[in-house]
Formats: sequence, C-alpha cells, structure tokens
Amino acid sequence: MLELLWIVPALPFLGFLLLVLFGKHLSRTGVALIGVGSVGISGILTILIAISFITAPPAGHHFAQTLWVWIDVAGFTPAIAFYLDSLSMIFMLVITFVGFLIHLYSSEFMLDDDGYSRFFAYMNLFIGSMLTLVMGNNLLLLYLGWEGVGLCSYLLIGFWYQDPANGYAARKAFVVTRVGDASMAVGLFLLFKHFSTLNIQSILTQAPDLWAIGAPVATAAALLLLGGAVGKSAQLPLQTWLPDAMAGPTPVSALIHAATMVTAGVYLIARMHVVFALSPIAMLIVAIVGALTLLLSGFSAITQVDIKRVLAYSTISQIGYMFLGLGVGAWSAAIFHFMIHAFFKALLFLGAGVIILTHHHEHNMFKMRGIRKQLPVTFWTFLIASGALAAFPLVTAGFYSKDAIIWYAWSSEQGSPLLWVAGFVGAFITAIYTFRMVFITFFGEPRMEATHKPGIRLKIPLVVLGTLSVIAGFLNLPETMGHFTPFSDFLHFALPAVRTFHETLTQEFFFQIYTALASLVGIYLAYFFFIRKFEFIVQFTKTTFGAALQRYWFSGWAFDWFYDLLFVRPYIWIARINKEDVFDLIYDGIAAISRVFNRMFSFTESGRIRAYAMSIVIGAIIILTIAVVL
Amino acid sequence: MISIPLESGLLLAGILFALGVVGLLVRRNVVFVLMSLEIMLNAAGLAFIVAGARWGQPDGQVMFIFILTMAAAEVAVGLALILQIYHRFKTLDSDAASKMRG
Repeated sequence: MLELLWIVPALPFLGFLLLVLFGKHLSRTGVALIGVGSVGISGILTILIAISFITAPPAGHHFAQTLWVWIDVAGFTPAIAFYLDSLSMIFMLVITFVGFLIHLYSSEFMLDDDGYSRFFAYMNLFIGSMLTLVMGNNLLLLYLGWEGVGLCSYLLIGFWYQDPANGYAARKAFVVTRVGDASMAVGLFLLFKHFSTLNIQSILTQAPDLWAIGAPVATAAALLLLGGAVGKSAQLPLQTWLPDAMAGPTPVSALIHAATMVTAGVYLIARMHVVFALSPIAMLIVAIVGALTLLLSGFSAITQVDIKRVLAYSTISQIGYMFLGLGVGAWSAAIFHFMIHAFFKALLFLGAGVIILTHHHEHNMFKMRGIRKQLPVTFWTFLIASGALAAFPLVTAGFYSKDAIIWYAWSSEQGSPLLWVAGFVGAFITAIYTFRMVFITFFGEPRMEATHKPGIRLKIPLVVLGTLSVIAGFLNLPETMGHFTPFSDFLHFALPAVRTFHETLTQEFFFQIYTALASLVGIYLAYFFFIRKFEFIVQFTKTTFGAALQRYWFSGWAFDWFYDLLFVRPYIWIARINKEDVFDLIYDGIAAISRVFNRMFSFTESGRIRAYAMSIVIGAIIILTIAVVL
Repeated sequence: MISIPLESGLLLAGILFALGVVGLLVRRNVVFVLMSLEIMLNAAGLAFIVAGARWGQPDGQVMFIFILTMAAAEVAVGLALILQIYHRFKTLDSDAASKMRG
C-alpha cells in the first residue's frame, strides 16, 4: 500500500495538466469531475495509506520512496523522493481531506464564474504543490513545493484579475512572502554548506553531532528558516499580506489562507525541529513571534467590518498560537492545533462564503445582520466552528488544542509566565472577536434577504467539517480529562514529546479552568457589548481615543503604513532618481570626456598653415628645452 | 688653407635656420613661405657640410646632396600647389586656404 505514495501528489498534478490542456473544451460537469475527483481519489488513497501506516507500521515508523534522481552535480544529488512519517501523514490527511471538501464546495460556489476550469486547474496545482511540500524528503523538493504553493496563492488571490485591486493584493502577497523565501533559501545554503546534503533526515541525524547546543551557526540556520516560515505563515513582521489576500475567492481563502498553505511555516519548523532544538534563542524567538502575533492580530480582528478580514486576522492569530506551541517545544500540541484549526477555520471561511454568495457578494457584516433564520445549516455549523475558534470549553475541539498550547506555554521547560499571559489574553480576545462576528452577522434585525438557498455541495462540507470541529478534539484529551492521547502518541514517532516541569494535575486543572473562563467571559462580553449594549461601543468609537484606537487596530496596527513609509516609498524614490541607471554615469562620463577632447582638438585644427608651423616650432622648442635641461 | 672654425659655421647655420623659421611664421604669402622653407633646408645642409669638413668625412656632403634633391622635389610640388591656390582663391595668402579647419 505504501508504495502507492507517489500517486497521492501525482493525481492533483495530473488533474492540473488535464484542466490546463483541455479545460476549455470540457463542460462544467467535466471540469468539476476532474478537479474534484483527482483530489478526492488522492484523499481516499491517503486514508488507505494512513490505515496501512498505522495498522502495519514500517520499520522505524517511517517510509521513504525515491522516484528518480533530480539533479546530479558535483556530489549534490537531490532526488524526487517522498518521506512518510507521522508528521507528514497528518499534513497529508488534512490537505487531501479538507482540500477535497473545499473542492467539492467550490464546484458549486464557482459555478457561475467564467474561469471555472482555470480555477480548478490552479486549485489542483496547489494541492499537488502542497503535498510535494509536506512529503518531500529533501529540502530542495520541499522548497519546490513551497514556491509552488506561493505561486498558486498569487494566481488565486488575483483570480478575478479584472479588478486592479485584486492584482495589487496578489502582488503584495507574492512580494512579501518572497522576503521570507529569500531568507529560507539562504538558510538552505547554510545547511548545505555544513552538511553537504539537503536530505532532511540526514541533516536531522547529523546536526546534534556537528553543532553544540546554542552554537551560533545553529541559531543562524534556525533563524533563517524561521524567516521563511514567518513569511509563509503571515507572522510578525511579515503578516501584512494575509488580510489583503482575502481578495481571492472564498474557497481559496479557506483552503490556502486558512487551512493549509499558511501553516507551511509550522510544518517547516516542526520538520526541522532538531535544528531549532539546538538553539534555545531561536526557540524563544519563535515563541515570542507567535505570542506577539496572536495578540496584535487578535486586537485587529476586533475592529474589522469585513467578515473575511475578521477571519484573516483570526487565522494569523491562531497560527501565532501554533508558533507559540512550537517555540516552547510543544511540537505535538502545535500540530494538533494545526489540524483542528484547519477544520474549524476552513468551515468558518466556507460558512462566510455561503453568506457572501447568497447576499449579493456583500462582505460587510453590519449590512447583513440577523441571517440565522435564512441559512439555518450555515448558522449552526458556523456557530460550532466559532465555538471551536473561541475554545468553548469541553464540547469543542478548539478548546482541547488551544488549551494544550496555553498550558505548555506555562509548564514547558522553555515556557514562561509571560508567554502564558499572552496566550491567555489571546484566548480571551479570540472569544470576543469571534462572537462579535457571530452576533453581528447572525443576530439582530435582518437587513438583507438571502437570494437563494445553498445547494447540497455547499452544505456537505459544512456539516462534515462541523462534525470534525467537535469530535476531533477527543483525539487528544489532556491528562486531567482521561489522558486519552492517540494523536500525540502517533506524532511522537516523528517529534519528541514536550519536556515539562512543575507539573501537577491540580495545577493543570486550574489552568484549564482559567482558559475556559477566559473563553466564556469573552463570549459573554461579546454578547453584552454587541447585542445588549451596542450603543456603548458606538459611543466609545466616537471619543477621540476610541476613534484613534479603532483606526489603528482596523489598519492592522498601521504596519502597512509603516512598511509603505520604510520600504515602498524609499524604493520608489530611488527608482525615480535612478531612472537613468547610476552605472550608466560611468559610460556617459567616458563619452563626455572624449567629446570635450574632441572639441579641444578640433579647435586646433584651424586650417591655417602658419598655426600648424607655430605649434611644430613650439613643440620642438619644448622638447629641446627638456632635452637640454635634463 | 684657412679652416673656418666649427662654431662659426654652426652659428651661421643656426641663424639661417632661425631666419627661415621666423619667415615661415610671419609671412602670409605662400611664395615667401616656400622660400623660408628653402632657407631652413639650406641651413640644415650647411650644418652637415660644416660638420663633414670638421671630421673630414664625406657623409656631410652626401647628406647635402640628398637635401638638395629633396628640396628640388619639394619646390616642384610646392610651386604646383601655389599655382593651384592662386587659381582657386585669387590670392597667395596662406590663411585664405583654411577651408580644412575642423
């Protein structure tokens, strides 16, 4: 069964090729069959592989498959090779399964769009690239997938390219992530220089022998990789592209900018965990980046009016949690949160997509209001996902995954009370902005009528993901509640367990109560301010301080403005003054000097013989004088 | 035989040469320019003769004959040019023929 591994990424690529070559001649049904079918079959195959991998694990709990040697230059021989262990298994499952549901959803969502086959071609290419990213056995193949998903992200953000704003958002996403990618490329060069290979497993086994803990070179390598992860996962300071990326179609936001691609940074850090573990400073920076990002984007989410932008900021914030988990060494908790987040955030985006589709493509929450009666299925699934996002205690999956990260931020050896406070406050803010969104969108007096009922292909993904947003949490129960942890046990074949101290069950129990309270109080506050006493908020935003704060948070802490001032404007300025290339000055100078000489010499060419004779005589006298004097 | 001292001969040659140069520079009439040139050539020839007499070598006279030949050829060409210039510009002023200035 495991030998069929290569087919999993090959199918979406095949679908991409078919759609690119013949998409124009196919009917919409044909396009949907190829586009959804390729991902569906690869999803079924992944599940079969997963069953075989779990029931009959290969030796060492990993499986490598080499297809062919990609490049062979002077000892550098990266292969097209796939590596399957519990980490890549989980990512593959999420990518193909959630990917399939979103493809199914898109087949109805995009039905009226002219670019139907183009859309599915890009989506299939994305799934293929993302699978290459997580399955690649060497960092070069991983990088290929990494750039592939970046390309698809660019293509799909700018999918409705007729609007220049979408093209701008696409370019912004591409350029900002490129900053991180450049850093990652340098990191790969550094790793290759020290290990003479880019094979992930041999780097991971050699690194502890070659580098001491805290070695500067290990820190440098880890930080360079972190640069790539930060760009792709929209973390501080490269988070500015994700809110604008919402210009793309909603299924794209669900698939690429919530569930899969933006978590590639989490995958990269988890995959290279040995390198990171060798550098406590880099780990601390990962945790701090995560903690700061989850707070800043949480505050930004509170002020947004566009439902997709709320979700975008919330995605940045939740990935911040994953980084926090990675940074304190709670690898499996971070990956668990990745999986749960993929379920509920994809569901939130898909729910938002249904609302947008049935309300004249309106994004503004304040213009919808009270639509829970019009779209009951969407409302209930959206509510479940919001509960998961806000970590509603006990019944939602988000509670178990987020609670684990917050608990390890305190109890892990690399944890600290400050990190815990960040996670705790973040959980509180998450509850507020999530239920602000729910209350504004679904409650109150209806202001718009739904134009039509969502079809079955929109509803199935909602229901399936809604179910998963509840039951997936029980895959990893904390010690205080049964200690049923098949998920982390499975993951510990690939990632080390978190090392903790000062851990008692009562303490953990109390911390869970704090987290639960944060969530509940946050939800209550959202109810109080956005349903009961909405005028408070209106009043507050009218005061000078309130208005300034709102504007500041609304613009995402003015990072865009700051980057515009710091990079974009100086760049444009330099480009303008350097319109005629600075290096041309050298060649222009040479030309100008010869022109001056030319003018001087042509002046002596007077045509008067006596002047020539004079110059000869003067020259002769000068030479004679020199000869005599010397 | 009274031998003329070398210095006197060379001095005479120098004076003649200088006169030729000055004539060449100050005269505008092409005929006079040509004559100044002849004077300079003869000054050079005189220097050769004097030097040859001083060292008792025939080379000086050989050189003089060469110079004489060359001067004759030069005058032939030079006079032809003067005729052409006169034809064209109706004057013998050398500055008039400055059409080739850059």
